[in-house]
Amino acid sequence: MRLLTLILIFFSTNLMCLEPDEILDNQNLEKRAKQIGQQLRCLVCQNEDIQNSNADIAKDLRILVRKLLLQNKSDKEIIKFVHERYGDFVLFSPPLRLDTMGLWLLPAGFFLLMIFFFFRRQK
Amino acid sequence: MKYIILIVLLLSTFLLFFEGLKNDPKLIPSNLISKKIPKFKLPSLDNRSFEDSDLRTKDLKLINFFASWCPPCKVEHSNLIKLSQRFKIFGIAKKDTEKNIETWFSQMGNPYSKIGFDHDGMVSINWGVYGLPETFIIDKEQKIIYRHVGAITEKDMKKIKLILDKNK
Repeated sequence: MRLLTLILIFFSTNLMCLEPDEILDNQNLEKRAKQIGQQLRCLVCQNEDIQNSNADIAKDLRILVRKLLLQNKSDKEIIKFVHERYGDFVLFSPPLRLDTMGLWLLPAGFFLLMIFFFFRRQK
Repeated sequence: MKYIILIVLLLSTFLLFFEGLKNDPKLIPSNLISKKIPKFKLPSLDNRSFEDSDLRTKDLKLINFFASWCPPCKVEHSNLIKLSQRFKIFGIAKKDTEKNIETWFSQMGNPYSKIGFDHDGMVSINWGVYGLPETFIIDKEQKIIYRHVGAITEKDMKKIKLILDKNK
């Protein structure tokens, strides 16, 4: 029983931040809202998405996402709306642009370089 | 040769890493700099409305997002009073009540030309505000030229006055 309680507490963290009045009646829209929320970074917490943050701004953004979904906006349009106001910081995966190219290519570059040195050494 | 490439790569990574450590992770650059002010319409303290058209004047002005429940807003209040003697300051009170604002101003004075109430925080989101207080400087062409995050302290006053005088 204790184990079950612990498991329930552990897995219920996702529900803890979302307040009952925020949840949409339409299950499909609510599912999309959660998926969008997981892609947006909370602006005042370190590396937490808005879906799982207790911060005031995260709550406001969750409400905004749901409002825009009710206006029939697509997921892309909603993410673009938030991105236009808060910049790259709000996105967990920054867009691929000339100035963000390093972020995407450096890890792959390092990985390839390591493989190259590894095989050179084996020879 | 291969070691030189490796050393250069490692050094540049460390340099980038240490440069990154100097950045304040809490300070998010505004995405609205050099852009026109967003449209909005809010109920105002004088029971009329406060909207973006009120900011479409041919002078330099400040817009301050604040609340009576926000302690740093009280810290910067005396500096806003000083700035209001030279420039127009407009206020947007986030999730606040008229009663609380009026009580506060009766004690500490009112630096604002006009105040709008952002009850649900949506106008603040439109301005890219993520904490209180935040202050924007708007130029004569209604473009946002500067954003200050946090309370305006004596130290910040110098920088803000410099920007205001430069764009006057």
